[in-house]
Amino acid sequence: MSALGTVDGPGSVVPRARSRGAVRLPAWSVLIAGLVVALVLVAALFPGVLTSTDPNAVDPIAALAPPGGGHLLGTDQLGRDVLARIIYGARPSLLIGVGATAIAVAAGSVLGILAATGGRVLDEAIMRLTDVFLAFPGLLLALVVAAVLGPGTGDATLAIGASLTPGFVRLARGQALVVKNADYVRSAVTYGRGRLSNGVRHLLPNTLPPLLVLASINIGTAVIAGSSLSFLGLGPKAPTAEWGEMLSDGRDFLATAWAMAVFPGVAITVTVVAVNILGRDLRRRFEGREG
Amino acid sequence: MSPQDTQDRPDTRDGQVKGGGPAGSPGTANLWRWLVRRLLLSVVVVLGSATAAFVALYLLPGDPVQTMLGPTGQTPALVAEVRHETGFDHPVYVRYGLFMGRLLRGDLGQSYQLHQSVKSLIFDQLGSTVELAVTGFVLALVVATVLAVTTAGRRPLLRGLASTLELVLASLPGFWIGVLLLTFFSFRWQLFPAVGGSGVNGLVLPSVTLALTLLGVFAQVMREGMERALSEPFVLSSRARGASETTVRVRHALRHAMVPMVTLSGWSVGALLSGAVIIETIFSRPGLGRVLVSAVNSRDLPVISGVVVVSAVAFSAVNLLTDVLYRVVDPRLKEAQA
Repeated sequence: MSALGTVDGPGSVVPRARSRGAVRLPAWSVLIAGLVVALVLVAALFPGVLTSTDPNAVDPIAALAPPGGGHLLGTDQLGRDVLARIIYGARPSLLIGVGATAIAVAAGSVLGILAATGGRVLDEAIMRLTDVFLAFPGLLLALVVAAVLGPGTGDATLAIGASLTPGFVRLARGQALVVKNADYVRSAVTYGRGRLSNGVRHLLPNTLPPLLVLASINIGTAVIAGSSLSFLGLGPKAPTAEWGEMLSDGRDFLATAWAMAVFPGVAITVTVVAVNILGRDLRRRFEGREG
Repeated sequence: MSPQDTQDRPDTRDGQVKGGGPAGSPGTANLWRWLVRRLLLSVVVVLGSATAAFVALYLLPGDPVQTMLGPTGQTPALVAEVRHETGFDHPVYVRYGLFMGRLLRGDLGQSYQLHQSVKSLIFDQLGSTVELAVTGFVLALVVATVLAVTTAGRRPLLRGLASTLELVLASLPGFWIGVLLLTFFSFRWQLFPAVGGSGVNGLVLPSVTLALTLLGVFAQVMREGMERALSEPFVLSSRARGASETTVRVRHALRHAMVPMVTLSGWSVGALLSGAVIIETIFSRPGLGRVLVSAVNSRDLPVISGVVVVSAVAFSAVNLLTDVLYRVVDPRLKEAQA
């Protein structure tokens, strides 16, 4: 099963050849990814444990200092410690990514299953609305929503969640249509299982695995989308440290203080790689369960 | 539109039962019905997006007339006059009617800030964005195809390397790639211009950045499609007939690996447009993305809704093309319907 939910046509005679799927990741890479995610979670929940430096302490004399010495990763244009700001920046960066994905999974599975089982009119209505929302590329939708709501963490989360939802609706609907016609669900209907009960007992659990796989891949995308909004000046308000916003500041000092733009990018990339490794591992486990 | 959507439609089944008709064979009649239906749906999507943009911007806080006039030199009389001139004194449903009416005539309104028609503003910038998007897309597609054909189903080490590369690329934020490329290629080695730049030289860094943001996903989807295809019985049978490894991969498996890529084309348009917003900002390149960002910052409503409508049109056109392409790439869909 690919992330896009390639689905067998009904009545295909040849059984689907089991794909070899993603390369099985070595156990140590999953372990390291787990440790990285744990570290980022600690930074997001208890930043004070990892650093005693105030992320907003201004020190003009030490402004734009290179890495090393008193400031391990250097300082920004106001002399604020880059490492401390990266640690404190974990919370808003992660909050937007995880929150947006959770919104998308919840809305996507409910709407997708409704579309697949609720009759033709509901199906048409939901899928056309999905098409309209899909017509706004993720970041453009987020930009328009941000224009309406104004900048801020919650608004950015909502905007990105809305922009991710259509993909989940489609996948959930496609999956639910296949499950709906599977023999065991048909037997359940024959035995008199009701529509709602069938939806909760059979459709939801069997629709969810590919959705969760898509979600695990999307958390990374959502973290990147969140920092992109901040990069454009529509994320959390100053002086809150956020990785995308730090990178945006650093862009103006590329020739003099490269560290300012490089390290927040490292933080985003390492976090997203770790989340994606865990996502792939999760996918492999689900495929194992299916087979 | 995914293949299961079209298979599931009851009306196609009706057409099949009635069949015949003056249009020719049942298959052709079905195809035309399907095409007309798809065209209507595209129109619905575009009108829906325009409506959504109107509603979203209607909810926007602040008085658009005051935004239009700017912070200085406002008198109540002037505000009232401009309000009347721009139609903002009408109730909202009249304004919606006027908005949609102008839209159907191809008029996207006037920019508040730039005192220029939105249509000419967008179309002046469109070329630059399309240039960037097409170059980035082609670059990503070519590299992903080469990677998939050469690494799919090969030795574990090679697959592992390719898979790691895809993972890291898919995890890199586009704006960071751009900033890194700028730091090294423009500031340190001074190979390419840091700001703007026209012609091929100015296009290199932005399109490489855009291609890298797409490549992770493209390569992953292509390689998985390739591996799925390589494990199908038809590959075994063509191998049994003595086809070489290259023939099997390029002539048989690649075609199957392209099917999920067609599904991705809608996503690609979105990723390209989103990427353009970021990349045009980083490289100070003119284009639709920068028009949108500055319109959002200055709350230039007609420009925002204009960009929304234009991107909805682009999306619908690509999706329509995708559905048609599906039938070309995967003839099994035609059989499923006919």
